[in-house]
Amino acid sequence: MILYLLRRLAVTAAILLVICAATFAVFYLMPADPAQGACGKACSPERIAEIRSTLGLNHSPLVQFRDYLAGIVSGRTYGSGTQAVDCPFPCLGFSFQTDQPVWQLLTSRLPVSFSIAIGAAVLWLAVGVGAGVLSALRRGSLWDRAAMTAALGGVSMPIYFTALVLQYLLVVQLKLLPYPQAVPFTADPVGWAQSMLMPWITLAMLYAGIYARVTRSEMLESLGQNYVRTARAKGLPEITVVRRHALRPALMPIVTIFGMDLGALLGGALITESVFGLPGVGKLAADAIASADQPVILGVTLFAAAFVVLANLLVDLVYAVLDPRVRALG
Amino acid sequence: MSLLTVRDLNVEFRSGVRAVDGLDLDLDAGRVLGVVGESGSGKSVTSLAVLGLLRDARVSGEIRFAGRELTALDQRSLRRLRGDRIAMVFQDPLSCLNPYYSVAFQIAEAYRAHHRTGRRQAHRVAVHMLDRVGIPEPERRARCYPHEFSGGMRQRVMIAMALCLEPDLLIADEPTTALDVTVQAQILQLLRELRKESGTAIMLITHDMGVVAGLADHVVVMHQGRAVERGPVRDVFHRPQQPYTRGLLACVPRIDGPLPDRLPTLGATT
Repeated sequence: MILYLLRRLAVTAAILLVICAATFAVFYLMPADPAQGACGKACSPERIAEIRSTLGLNHSPLVQFRDYLAGIVSGRTYGSGTQAVDCPFPCLGFSFQTDQPVWQLLTSRLPVSFSIAIGAAVLWLAVGVGAGVLSALRRGSLWDRAAMTAALGGVSMPIYFTALVLQYLLVVQLKLLPYPQAVPFTADPVGWAQSMLMPWITLAMLYAGIYARVTRSEMLESLGQNYVRTARAKGLPEITVVRRHALRPALMPIVTIFGMDLGALLGGALITESVFGLPGVGKLAADAIASADQPVILGVTLFAAAFVVLANLLVDLVYAVLDPRVRALG
Repeated sequence: MSLLTVRDLNVEFRSGVRAVDGLDLDLDAGRVLGVVGESGSGKSVTSLAVLGLLRDARVSGEIRFAGRELTALDQRSLRRLRGDRIAMVFQDPLSCLNPYYSVAFQIAEAYRAHHRTGRRQAHRVAVHMLDRVGIPEPERRARCYPHEFSGGMRQRVMIAMALCLEPDLLIADEPTTALDVTVQAQILQLLRELRKESGTAIMLITHDMGVVAGLADHVVVMHQGRAVERGPVRDVFHRPQQPYTRGLLACVPRIDGPLPDRLPTLGATT
């Protein structure tokens, strides 16, 4: 098990390195000149040359990549002498727009993205898995057909559409909720929940639809397994048969997609945050792209990728806990 | 005394297929009834009908077990009967055991479904049962998962699970089919011993005439949902009355006889 864990960690590190290289390459493919971006409008050629040397843009891409990696691992210093700017660990550079360290920008935006992702996840797991299980148990019933139609609707509607419709209905027409704004959970839990409710519902509608359909098909498969028949033949109550013998195997694929979905969302719900104007990591990414703020784009991409990779690692570990056969392979 | 009496059992699936057609069965307490027939003759469906485990099917007729009419019982009462009074061993023990739980848990689970006992007590019962069915080092093996057992061991686990509540009737549906020949012999020997010790009646469902000959007292030959011949094993084997039974017996190659060029085949319909 320890060996399995170490091997998985090594693979995770390798994947992150590859992602790092890929995003860094994109940095070079972007049409904007980083020095020009850092300097802003109306910049003299001398100033641009100066910035080029400060950011190390005169070095070969390989050297620059090495410096970038070194910065992430142990921090780095831009420029030298009196103009030296220290960028502490983990250094992802400075925003061209605000001159703030990218890492600081990311971590300050994280609570909002976390709030959105975790809340939405709880909602869609409860609704999606619940509806899927009920549909499988009452296959072909009116409930099944209604739930699956609703699920298809949830999957089909784009986020920006549901988000705007929700906002119009709940805020403008019914005045049930205030306009969403970032309220820290610690400052005002009720206000936090109120402001988060719409983003949660928006995301949950999409994901619950997917989860309901996956859960239903997985449940139908596991309900047809011979060991479910054995469980019934033992005289177990039907609820135990369903929960213990049918649902648990059905949850394995759910765990897989849940890990990836949650990981992706923790790295920022770009559209949802933008529509509701919530300052999360996704909004940061959208703004950075709009203003070609390359260090921030690079930082956000890496950050989001790290979450997905780490979530996958976690999924594999959960797998080993859930399935004794996986444990044996490790 | 008759433990199980089946009269005019009909099972019709929603698709319109009539799997069992007017079947009568009698099984006395402590005896072994062999139910033989080719695939699709309605043997397994009959056993599932007795347990009330058939879904999407219309079951009619009488199924009397220990003086109670099972077809009249509600699901709750049937559930209490299942595992406790009537237990079942299925074919292919790998797919019939849940891969996610240890074997002791799955045996203990059956025990706890009918007894108000704690986990520890139920676990002790499970270990004892594993010992009884001949699993070596039962204490240690109890915590193993089905995939860590061989096919024969898994079937022993299934039998331990079925017998942990000392049922009056054990329905064994092709208990040896998925196993190789030497293991088959071991499992049959085990069933024979357990029957002698506990006095459990067995309804042995199989397509294998050899298995019936080795274990059963009476035999019913099924074909297309009907009983075509019945009687004590010796009579049916030595003086089969029906052409279908004769055909079925002729399909079994004899180890002490001349080697036939081709085994006879059964006609699609008789």
